[in-house]
Amino acid sequence: MASVELKSVSKSYGGNTVIRGVDLAIRDGEFVVFVGPSGCGKSTLLRLIAGLIPVSGGEIAIGGEAVTDVPASKRGIAFVFQSYALYPHMTVARNIGFALETLGLRRDAIRAKVAEVAKLLKVDHLLTRRPRELSGGQRQRVAIGRALVRKPEVFLFDEPLSNLDSDLRMEMRIEIARLHDDIGTTMIYVTHDQAEAMTLADRIVVLNHGVIEQVGTPQELYHTPKSRFVAGFVGSPRMNFAPVTTTGGAPDWSLAGPGGLALAVSVTGNRSAPATIGVRPEALSLVAPEAGRLSGTLERLEDLGHEHFAYVRVAPETVFVVRVPVRPTIARDTRVGLAFRDEDLFLFDEAGLRLDHAASHERAAAASIEERAA
Amino acid sequence: MSVKLARADRRAAWLFMAPMIIAMLVVAVWPLARTFYFSFTDAYLDDPTNFSLVGIDNFLEVLDDHTWWIATRNTLVFASISVAIETVLGLAIALLINQAIPGRGLVRAAILVPWAIPVVVATKIWEWMLNDQFGVLNQMLIALGLVDHGIAWTASGTLIMGVVIFIDVWMTTPFMVLLILAGLQMIPGEIMEAAEVDGIPGWKRFWSITLPLLKPAIGVAVLFRVLDALRMFDLAYVLAASSEQVMTVSIYARNRLISFQELGIGSAASTWVFLLVAFIAILVIGVLRLDRAAGEAA
Repeated sequence: MASVELKSVSKSYGGNTVIRGVDLAIRDGEFVVFVGPSGCGKSTLLRLIAGLIPVSGGEIAIGGEAVTDVPASKRGIAFVFQSYALYPHMTVARNIGFALETLGLRRDAIRAKVAEVAKLLKVDHLLTRRPRELSGGQRQRVAIGRALVRKPEVFLFDEPLSNLDSDLRMEMRIEIARLHDDIGTTMIYVTHDQAEAMTLADRIVVLNHGVIEQVGTPQELYHTPKSRFVAGFVGSPRMNFAPVTTTGGAPDWSLAGPGGLALAVSVTGNRSAPATIGVRPEALSLVAPEAGRLSGTLERLEDLGHEHFAYVRVAPETVFVVRVPVRPTIARDTRVGLAFRDEDLFLFDEAGLRLDHAASHERAAAASIEERAA
Repeated sequence: MSVKLARADRRAAWLFMAPMIIAMLVVAVWPLARTFYFSFTDAYLDDPTNFSLVGIDNFLEVLDDHTWWIATRNTLVFASISVAIETVLGLAIALLINQAIPGRGLVRAAILVPWAIPVVVATKIWEWMLNDQFGVLNQMLIALGLVDHGIAWTASGTLIMGVVIFIDVWMTTPFMVLLILAGLQMIPGEIMEAAEVDGIPGWKRFWSITLPLLKPAIGVAVLFRVLDALRMFDLAYVLAASSEQVMTVSIYARNRLISFQELGIGSAASTWVFLLVAFIAILVIGVLRLDRAAGEAA
């Protein structure tokens, strides 16, 4: 068990900088998830921590010890790869125990450790099989077993579930959460799936173009995203955004936007003008056209059984998604209104940073109560 | 699939294969069958229409010929030593240029040059370089003071086999490098990274991961080279003509057939060569388990 600290870590390939001065402190036993769109540098950052690639600048410490110049094998880490990276010519038992062979352990000691780990991961009936005879989920369990058997200080996962089908992904997600509860080892987990991030993480690190956009608990990221980027990344379906024009001056602005949107807001703190509004699909409700804050044409309804998504075109280039719990009895191409509460409105300035407004404090307060309860 | 569709598919398959089958019948099966047939006759090359069947006499006569056994020994010595050296050297060079060293592309291109040169040309070049009086090699050795007078590389009985093997290694190691390199690049990088994180030392990574995963590629390369080496003709013939010191079974068959005009015995010798190569090919496939290894790599 160990903490992980990154101090202005950067990485560039030739003239191409992929990680720019990342500072991050991960506590002992914490489950931290790196998320971001593809190409944001999240896997690179994980490989830098692992020591699979050398840093171009900055320092890395694991368990309080500087490991910047220490090879991967001496960092006390274990790495689970997206492709599982099992040794294809070895049995499951040898795959798990291979690292122990070089430690000079006796054969029966290795066998006992392998059996223990295999039992924990429910692959003990597969020990004589080869990787190609296993299903994707079983391969992933073996890969985790191979990492587990070395009793690492820090577990690193590089998109471990992205090659699995959705049922199995859910199952393995729960297994990994259970594993973390059981062994309590520090875990760093890379994914592009925000649902995995929300459900597994103690804290989420959102990366964008090689810089940390925001670090926080899932609740913080959901309720008080620092920027439009984070707001758009956390939550599914993603937050609806619409550009607005402003009249007035700080701190009181009148906003005009698509679908007949007209709002008066009072921005607190930051003095810059709102440029974009955001409302989550689950904060919107379908109402009569004149009763809503903005209106549009119902284009499409998706029925998922337990929930329904309505796609409402509020402007030629803007479609709002609305999550509705019961199937609405509205025909397509009907005009509908969209309603939301003041505290569910997000405001972003020209640079994409979120602006606090008078009503948003209620949301933050609600979030902190929720978090305390959790 | 309906029976009708299946039949149409099969017809299309035969149609596409027909040109290939006809070509094979004309250039491979027919000559082979003719050779096989003639090996049971007492035909001569000057009048191949006039002959009678003699049973297996020709086969026995070849086996009775002392020169045939010398040729067989030469062929086996040449094939085993040259392929062994080429495999080890090819593996070493492939591992080296698989690393991200600067100028790797250039090295890869340059390494193919010996293989691109026709065998006869390469042999002639080496023959001149190895010439006992005017050869550049002897000049260098004398200049360095290692020898007093030039060594007769291609005249001495024990040296010439070494020279043949050396030239073959020089010419065909690039082929080995290429095939093994292709195999190396098939190994996923993440497997090596997993071993790195696991703290597996370099030598163990090579023995326990790289080599087993390379086995199918090395096996195919060895098979190709063994078959090639067993029917080697041009290199030894250009260097030493019909000298018994490096005579291969192919040269023996050619001599019986062309020089001695013995169509029947020459054909029998050719058939023996065919059987020898086929037997060793089956042996190599069996020992290296190439048929099974192919599935394992997947």
